[in-house]
Amino acid sequence: MADITSQIPASARSALGSGPRGPKPRRRLSPGNIMLYGTLFVVSVYYLLPLWVMIMTSLKGMPEIRMGNIFAPPVEVTFQPWVKAWSEACTGLNCDGLSRGFWNSVQILIPSVFFSIIVASINGYALVNWRFKGSDIFFTILIFGSFIPYQIMLYPIVILLREMGIYGTLWGLVLVHTIFGMPILTLLFRNYFSSLPEELFKAARVDGAGFWGIYFRIMLPMSLPIFVVAIILQVTGIWNDFLFGVVYTKPELYPMTVQLNNIVNSVQGVKEYNVNMAATLLTGLVPLIVYFASGKLFVRGIAAGAVKG
Amino acid sequence: MAGNPRRMRPLRNLYAKIAAIPMVLTALVVFVGGTLWTVTYSFTNSKLLPKLNFVGLDQYERLWSNSLWLTSIQNLMIFGVLSLVLTITMGFLLAVLMDQKIRFEDTFRTIMLYPFALSFIVTGLVWQWLLNPELGIQEFVRGLGFTGFEFDPLSNPDTVLYGLLIAGLWQGTGFVMCIMLAGLRGIDEDIWKAVRVDGIPRWKTYVFVVIPMMRPVFITTLVLVASGIIKLYDLVVAQTSGGPGNASQVPAMYVYRYMFTAQNLGQGFAASTMMLLSVLIVLIPWAYLEFGGKKNG
Repeated sequence: MADITSQIPASARSALGSGPRGPKPRRRLSPGNIMLYGTLFVVSVYYLLPLWVMIMTSLKGMPEIRMGNIFAPPVEVTFQPWVKAWSEACTGLNCDGLSRGFWNSVQILIPSVFFSIIVASINGYALVNWRFKGSDIFFTILIFGSFIPYQIMLYPIVILLREMGIYGTLWGLVLVHTIFGMPILTLLFRNYFSSLPEELFKAARVDGAGFWGIYFRIMLPMSLPIFVVAIILQVTGIWNDFLFGVVYTKPELYPMTVQLNNIVNSVQGVKEYNVNMAATLLTGLVPLIVYFASGKLFVRGIAAGAVKG
Repeated sequence: MAGNPRRMRPLRNLYAKIAAIPMVLTALVVFVGGTLWTVTYSFTNSKLLPKLNFVGLDQYERLWSNSLWLTSIQNLMIFGVLSLVLTITMGFLLAVLMDQKIRFEDTFRTIMLYPFALSFIVTGLVWQWLLNPELGIQEFVRGLGFTGFEFDPLSNPDTVLYGLLIAGLWQGTGFVMCIMLAGLRGIDEDIWKAVRVDGIPRWKTYVFVVIPMMRPVFITTLVLVASGIIKLYDLVVAQTSGGPGNASQVPAMYVYRYMFTAQNLGQGFAASTMMLLSVLIVLIPWAYLEFGGKKNG
């Protein structure tokens, strides 16, 4: 995007910068505009309704839910479903609520995000500034690897983790997240580092700085924005993971998504839809907060994955 | 740095090489090694434990005569084609709408993209609740007076895929819209000026000028969405658990079942190898177009 911008005159550039483009704005209330905003409004309702229903259902009592108006706001607001979802909901014989899954997820999330980003940023740096024979081949394998269905690597990794003695532990899962986060993050960092001026690196080399010196004193401080993008990407990605959580951990270490699914889809007992929706919202809360707090950086993160490197 | 003639001594760039060990191990051991391992063991009759007892194409023959697998493949095809066509069309149309110099663009984008931040588990559970026949949308519309209203896709084997599709589209179209919007913004402003001078209607410009220009964006999106669809798993687990009966089973569930619950590893490996094969069918033409074309152009 950056090099496109520099090729066009300043007048056009200001239009391209952030705002929308296209022809001059027409009159505010033309039939076309009413259609346009009408469509966008309908689309927005489709997108927002599930969130609305989740919140409303989670604040109702079961008698009110049974009356059958799923979209109506609660007549009597109750936070009981939230309390129950957090601390009493049952999975199998365990009835200590979703809080266990939440803390498991936190314990998985923090080291996974940390290690995956450290490893990937060093990869990106080495790939751009310290290329060695074959380094691009490994990168190509990595990128292709990100398209391979995880299912094909599930079992070999089980063996690998078992050999290392960390199968079924949180650290095993951290390793798995570090491995599968590597392709996209390495791509992200490689693209970012290659956009930095090369003179910077050369000057530092002339001054006698080595591999780690340049990484910690020049690259790291200059690339904080991309680190934020990577953190957003990883926090939402790892928090939302389900498959690896099921395969590589034990029931008492299940991350929140797995436990949520077990609570809601359990066949025993009376279905408590309000508790289920409160639990669902609680699980969605972390990525939602990250999303709403990060704004355009989130878009940048997902676009980084989409735009070829 | 590229193009610098340099001596290839093993100790050169020693630190860089040490730092790249995790990447090299991941690429070689996990990605290449793991894939070859699974493919190799898919030709064995491994049951509870992987054993190198080769039986040729036995597992594949059994796989393709297993009705559960055939259902899974059929489901994935229907879901995949519909979801590809619909996400890309809807994503593009929404991007075009968003590109009309509208007000509150950021608000609309935030609304359309937030489902993408949520997991498939959350998505599946919400839509399972919305599509609940006794208390969900169906009951709401009946309550408005339309007592004969039927909207219960999840309990009918013939329609359950459409129930999954509604949820999948809700989660994914915002993402496609964002990529398409970036593509639209990347198109030269002068084209719009030229087209306006010539008096060509806007819709014609989109169909005959903009879409052909955005071909690479469409292809990239296609590959991303398609390789995501083949992995489809969490959404089905959460929303329907593969039911009613086995009506919404997908290949990834088949793999999981045979690898981790049915203790029939060979079947699981064969099924996952088939999944790999289907990704390669999508991936290889794309890689050829993308990277093969670069050298010529």
